[in-house]
Amino acid sequence: MSDASAAADGDAPDADESDNGSFTLWDQDAVKLTTLVIGLFALYLLGGYLLGYGTRQQLASIGQLSVLIGVFAMLALALNLHWGYTGLFNIGIIGFMAIGIYATAVLSKGAATAEPAAGSTGGFGLPLWMGIIGGVIAAAIFGGLVALPALRLRADYFAIVTVGISEIVRFTLLETEIQKVQIAGYWTGLGGGSGLILDFDPTDRFLEAFGLMDAYIGFSDTLGEQLGVGSNPKPIFDTLLYGLILFVFLIGFYMLLQRTGNSPYGRVLKAIREDEEATKSLGKDTNRFKIKGFMLGCALMGLAGILFYAEQGAITPDAFRPRLTFYVWIALIIGGAGSNTGSVAGGAVFAAFLFRGPIFFKNIVQNTFDSLDAPSTFGQAVSPITGADPIPLVAYTIDNMGQLQLVLMGIVLIYLMHNRPEGMFGHRKEPASPIRLQDRTQPKPAASAAATDGGRDQGGTDDE
Amino acid sequence: MGVSGTYDRGRELFVEDPIRAVIIVVAVVLVLDGVRQLAVGATQFSELGVMLKDGLMRGLFFGLAGIGLSMTYSILNFANFSHGDLITGGAFGGMIATYVIAGGFGSEGDIGSLMLLGSGATAIALALVIDRLVYKPIRDRSGITLLITSIGVAFTLRYLILFVFDGSRRGVTQSGAIPTVDIPAIDGTVSLNLHELSLVVVAVGLMAGLHFLLQRTKLGKAMRAMSDNEDLARITGIPTERIVTYTWIIGAGLAGVAGYMFVIWNGTLHWFQGWILLLPIFAAVILGGIGSIYGAILGGLVIGLTMSISIMWLPSGLTRAAAFFIMIVVLLVRPQGIFAGRATA
Amino acid sequence: MAAGTREAPTMSDTEAGTPDAATEHDAVGDADADEAESRVTGTVPLRVEGLRKEFGGIVAVDGTSFEIEEGTMTGLIGPNGAGKSTTFNCITGVHEPTAGTVQFQGEDITGLAPNKVANRGLVRTFQIARELEEMTVLENMLLAPKGQRGEALWRSVLPFVRGSVIEQETEILEDCWEMLEFFEIDHLAHEYAGNLSGGQRKLLELARALLTEPTMLLLDEPFAGVNPSLEERLLEHIHELREQGYTFLIVEHDMDLIMQNCEHIIVMHQGQVLTEGTPAEVKQNEQVVEAYLGGEVGE
Repeated sequence: MSDASAAADGDAPDADESDNGSFTLWDQDAVKLTTLVIGLFALYLLGGYLLGYGTRQQLASIGQLSVLIGVFAMLALALNLHWGYTGLFNIGIIGFMAIGIYATAVLSKGAATAEPAAGSTGGFGLPLWMGIIGGVIAAAIFGGLVALPALRLRADYFAIVTVGISEIVRFTLLETEIQKVQIAGYWTGLGGGSGLILDFDPTDRFLEAFGLMDAYIGFSDTLGEQLGVGSNPKPIFDTLLYGLILFVFLIGFYMLLQRTGNSPYGRVLKAIREDEEATKSLGKDTNRFKIKGFMLGCALMGLAGILFYAEQGAITPDAFRPRLTFYVWIALIIGGAGSNTGSVAGGAVFAAFLFRGPIFFKNIVQNTFDSLDAPSTFGQAVSPITGADPIPLVAYTIDNMGQLQLVLMGIVLIYLMHNRPEGMFGHRKEPASPIRLQDRTQPKPAASAAATDGGRDQGGTDDE
Repeated sequence: MGVSGTYDRGRELFVEDPIRAVIIVVAVVLVLDGVRQLAVGATQFSELGVMLKDGLMRGLFFGLAGIGLSMTYSILNFANFSHGDLITGGAFGGMIATYVIAGGFGSEGDIGSLMLLGSGATAIALALVIDRLVYKPIRDRSGITLLITSIGVAFTLRYLILFVFDGSRRGVTQSGAIPTVDIPAIDGTVSLNLHELSLVVVAVGLMAGLHFLLQRTKLGKAMRAMSDNEDLARITGIPTERIVTYTWIIGAGLAGVAGYMFVIWNGTLHWFQGWILLLPIFAAVILGGIGSIYGAILGGLVIGLTMSISIMWLPSGLTRAAAFFIMIVVLLVRPQGIFAGRATA
Repeated sequence: MAAGTREAPTMSDTEAGTPDAATEHDAVGDADADEAESRVTGTVPLRVEGLRKEFGGIVAVDGTSFEIEEGTMTGLIGPNGAGKSTTFNCITGVHEPTAGTVQFQGEDITGLAPNKVANRGLVRTFQIARELEEMTVLENMLLAPKGQRGEALWRSVLPFVRGSVIEQETEILEDCWEMLEFFEIDHLAHEYAGNLSGGQRKLLELARALLTEPTMLLLDEPFAGVNPSLEERLLEHIHELREQGYTFLIVEHDMDLIMQNCEHIIVMHQGQVLTEGTPAEVKQNEQVVEAYLGGEVGE
């Protein structure tokens, strides 16, 4: 309450002025981001139309896209807090996500008091919301443990330490000795190489928690029938609902980080990014700021990891290779480090064009030319080139889009670093104050107005 | 001095640098426990011998591959995350060379040296093309920009390799046909095969050659000058662009050769091998002190031996974790590396 | 205007009414009281004794001792490599001295972290101005004030307590504007600090340092890279501040400037204090002339 009114006060003096303001920006940015996401949806629907998708496929496609946009935007936001704001070069993102989802899994998997069958294990049977909170806290604490000693390292060393730690996390998850252990009568463990079955469906748990399950099933059946989704419409609506839930979380992330960014706290983080020594010389205990910022970012990465993997039904350590960390980096760099709005946009663009786009494109092409028989090896694809027959190569290329997509990501990253290191949307200024820093409203003392001349001239031609 | 001096030094260490003191204590405990394991027969001498041999092989590989990484790190001022994929690229290049010229695998000997050259040449060609296209236009940017760019290069290279060569693991040697000698150990034998022997010979030979190059030639001196202070080197008339080219040639050449040696030692070749090896190589370079050639070699040996010997105490899945852990500890305790003091060479 | 500048601490008075300000208020209030007291009693604020700093085997500062009197402007000069900057860095906590002590207002601050030294009222500027380039001038200024409630993450983020943060921010903003006006750079408030000229950066750095409510300022070559007209203005401001009771220690290369503006001069050479005294005394000291290899000393 007090917050809202104070914000309104800050806005009041010239609310009609739309440029360089800090509070009108939020509205504008929200509009921009919404437009972007709707545009991406429209593009996918168009693609689906070209593919001759039925309603069911169209809805499924939109649902999956929403989930990916939500996850990558959240991760880019969290990384932006580390890198964009504080200058902490974290390339161990996936490790913190793994900690988050594994902690959630162990806490919330069904309790097993008798030894489970080989290749499976149980958990502590806590409600999912408690598991999620536990996972977030675990990621934050782990982040703190990493940060405490590592914060004084230079950026490139910090990067190597974080990627090393994310790999240590993965090796630990693979470890057979803690695959299945008994703690306080409960059989649990990390599942080793075969991973963990997540016997909780987040969408169902969400609906059950609010007592909406029956209503939801009735609703999805009716709507499914009307839209012609076909039999068993629930999974389709589940994905859509989950996408919606992720968007709600995304809005939460965005608001939290906007607030963090424009607070005096965020101002110190930015100052640390610019020059830590100078910030210290102004009496700021920079280490404390950095640790807190790092822990918050890790907590958010953990939460994003939980939300990403909880829906997938199972997790294996193989999913936590460093590749995903670099996806998030590409998303952030597309959007422009240092800007929350850019992070969300970068996450959305990455998810739609680089992550899902190539596969979608492959489907379109293969659907259009269904006679296309792809050779199984590159050699077979290339050899006809000498006979001026590029079709096998094209077919091979399309067939192996999954690999080429990562080549494309690499090239995009190189291109951005060469040409647009500030992001696709250019340099963005986000204010470092919770109030609007317009020009001074009070009348200036006459003396200062007269004296401004001296400073304007930088060339040293002042009269002396 | 004598005992009391040592005692005083020890006490001083605990007070002033508790982290390092703890590390020393842990190391001593591990060594004592190792001796105990040998004494009670929990670990046989021949097993230890095999571990040491494996560690040495791995260490030589890390060292050889690490030299290139260390050189680009100190002369071009960035951590090159695509170094691992340069290794993979070199190994595949060597494979193609053999394939094209000899028409497939099978025979050893001459083919081996052909592959060796092919690997080195491929890696050098790759590195020079990449440098021209990617790094040269942004030479003056910060190390962080270059680092991020190198991640892009790594992605491009790695998945191009996957695209062209698919994801299978290739066996490249016939394990039965390799000449092997058994070296007697106290309670068994340690076998040494031709591949292992050639790894030792190639690694030591190349390291010695590099030592000569850096110490005795004008190029070597210019490289050392540039790694110390690039601006100063430029002012004093050292042709920095040419030095950069030579840095890539030497670094990538060694990486390619190392990749090939690893492949024949390990027996398989696959598309993300280099990436898996990159972090231990980083560990070796950091351990030895960035920019130090000898540091890279010694660091490589430490990391290689750690990965082999830590199995005496750790489950086998965590030996790589142990190597990373050592790297992190070194970064925290002594970020300039354990053998630092001088820059390159 | 000058009075306004001096009033920076008033923000703690006005925040008394806000909900959870009680404890903060006390803390800030006490600090103010201490500061006021020390200014009145006129102790020797800075005392350096036997300061020594080695890097590897090289001794950069070798047993330096000196005292700075309240309300004075002292110049620290010496040829390149004399150890001036290292001395500065040891005083302000950037380096931990190998030996020796630094006392500030009667308390031992040897080896304290730079932020702790700054929080005790001993604030420095840098040889190459350390403005925060990607932040505007005004944001640079807003960073400086002490005791900002919004620097606690939870207060900045949680809804109901954020009101007090905004309230304090409004007050701080006013202080910042006053300071910018005092230094006559308020017209640059929305400019990125990275776009300022060398002299403007120095002005910004000094203005920013003052917002931390220091009692003593250490200026590392404040006139390097400043054009003559801005140099004049910077000097005026420094003199004005000194009259208000601030104590200054200035490292400077330009001998003339130091001779004309400082009442006390410390000359360092090879890591040690060669001599100290009034400008006239220092000028006549032959060792000083020798240390500077003749020619470079003033006229």
